[in-house]
Amino acid sequence: MTYNVNVRGTGYRLAIDRRGDAWNCELDGAPIELDVRLISEDVISLISHGKSYEIKRDEAGKQTRLWIENVPYIVNLSDPRSFTASSRKQNLTGTATLLASMPGRVLRVLVAETQQVEAGQGLLVVEAMKMQNEIKAPSKGIVRQVVAEGSYVNAGDTLAIVE
Amino acid sequence: MFRKILIANRGEIAVRVIRACREMGIASVAVYSDADRASLHVRMAAEAFSIGASAAAESYLNIEKILSVAKRRGADAVHPGYGFLSENADFAEACANAGVRFIGPSPYAMRIMGSKTRARQHMEASGVPCAPGNSQPLASFEEAAGIANGIGYPVMLKAAAGGGGKGMRLVHAAEELKSALETARSEAERAFGNGEVYVEKAILNPRHIEIQIFADEHGNTIYLGERECSIQRRHQKVLEEAPSPFVDAQLRKRMGEVAVQAAASVGYTNAGTVEFLVDKNKNFYFLEMNTRLQVEHPVTELVTGLDLVHMQIHAAANERLSFMQEDVKIRGHAIECRIYAEDPDNNYFPSPGVITSMQEPSGPGIRMDSGVYEGWTVPADYDPLLAKLAVYGESREQVIARCLRALDEIFVGGIQTNISLFRRILRDSAFRDGEIDTGFLDRLVPEHSGPNVEKEKLAAIAVGVFHLLNSKSSRSLPNSNESFPSSAAWKRSARIESMQ
Repeated sequence: MTYNVNVRGTGYRLAIDRRGDAWNCELDGAPIELDVRLISEDVISLISHGKSYEIKRDEAGKQTRLWIENVPYIVNLSDPRSFTASSRKQNLTGTATLLASMPGRVLRVLVAETQQVEAGQGLLVVEAMKMQNEIKAPSKGIVRQVVAEGSYVNAGDTLAIVE
Repeated sequence: MFRKILIANRGEIAVRVIRACREMGIASVAVYSDADRASLHVRMAAEAFSIGASAAAESYLNIEKILSVAKRRGADAVHPGYGFLSENADFAEACANAGVRFIGPSPYAMRIMGSKTRARQHMEASGVPCAPGNSQPLASFEEAAGIANGIGYPVMLKAAAGGGGKGMRLVHAAEELKSALETARSEAERAFGNGEVYVEKAILNPRHIEIQIFADEHGNTIYLGERECSIQRRHQKVLEEAPSPFVDAQLRKRMGEVAVQAAASVGYTNAGTVEFLVDKNKNFYFLEMNTRLQVEHPVTELVTGLDLVHMQIHAAANERLSFMQEDVKIRGHAIECRIYAEDPDNNYFPSPGVITSMQEPSGPGIRMDSGVYEGWTVPADYDPLLAKLAVYGESREQVIARCLRALDEIFVGGIQTNISLFRRILRDSAFRDGEIDTGFLDRLVPEHSGPNVEKEKLAAIAVGVFHLLNSKSSRSLPNSNESFPSSAAWKRSARIESMQ
């Protein structure tokens, strides 16, 4: 099987197959020696060219992470034969969308829509896990959208848009 | 001695107290909120009772409910842990009125020390050194502005009922004061039910060093050395050690004796901690007294060989201290890492969720005080402390190496944790030289080790390996190495949920 793999933003072409414990692997055309044992569902022991690694996998914030020597690598695997992979439209016009990274409550909104803000200016205060966090403008701009005071937000919800 | 102790707390500290109870042959009663039914302290206690909804005000802060469980179940003492009701004098008083022993100091000592303004007034009168500032709650913005101008910026706004950095704001200039005062007040109101705030001259980049004291009910008060707690984020401790690399025998004796004097001046009993800000000339100023067991008590236990929770229980049962000041010996070195569910690379933002996998460290010199387990969901309702890794060794150098080794053994999957932060701290040359103050973490630059191409390639291969191992067709291949425990089912569902 051949896959397109993305690791921390870098693309690789991976050809990989197995028959029992025998693996065939090529990364960007270069052959790779592999010996793998599954330790648990999310942990493998991998020996490659004499080096031994324990690699763990988890999911956090909708991303798959592989942990090698305690460093997380965000990875994405896609099958080039399918065309379902979503290509998110990149916004290059300098619009910043601030998303909630976890559930919380909007305690105070410090700005109004259409207001001009400076970089670092406080936009709103969100309370989560007993801590109040001031969300600041990432850059100078105009507030195009901001959530209502007192509302509850979930991870991934839009808090504000600064253009 | 007590027959049954109710633990009015949750998380790792409830587990810590339950362990002491078991060692002493005392039955333990856990209380829990809706969010904590499956928590570790509930699983470990001999008895467990629901006390209400997840919001702390409905459960862990509800004096009436907790005392009614204590009475119904025949508990003769209550251990409050830290946080929640641990420094609430009304709770201590209600326990006394209900005929249940509160394991801690008297309500009188708690009231003086529980208000930072009253404590300042009292310490100034007792000759304990304090930083310049006012010792009364601020009545208005105008008053705050006046005092701040008088002592000069930067100033620190502090909640009178404060602790853990909540309701606390550093103000660099006059124009920031108004918004900082509002935030400090509302945070204090929400965290402590008391919005009173006072102002103090900010001593920039001091060391935060505290003295553990202990007193029995018979007038004996001793100090058990210091803890260095300068590694903080948002005024909340992250890593602590004992002894402090900055404190020599002479300074230890001076600070210890002042701490004992501060405690004795309020007739303090049981375990307590006197916190000081220390400048580079070894001047020290009273910061506050915590009238309870501290989160970081394990480092003191490791270097003194004492068990503070056992001592607390013995003292509450009116027993005399079994040793004197001259018997206290500091031996070796200890470091504690507070492992939080938060992202150190994203402004320490909390990260609740399911712990999909967990590996704990072990081996020489390792003590792990954990309140969590694999498969448990970290609730968003409480402080994000997961566990404390405390490491002991013969020297500071050995402890740093051992701690780094232990950190390589820990794994917490499914949520963000601050584990990577401890590696950065422990590898930092200033930290290794003992050159630390409360500004240390803000100065600690993120590791920019650059992309590691070899490891990235390995990750690319591994993602394919996992894909093939987990796909249905490969699972059906005969291979003795592939047995999936059925307990892994929740992990799959957790992953599916997190993908949605």
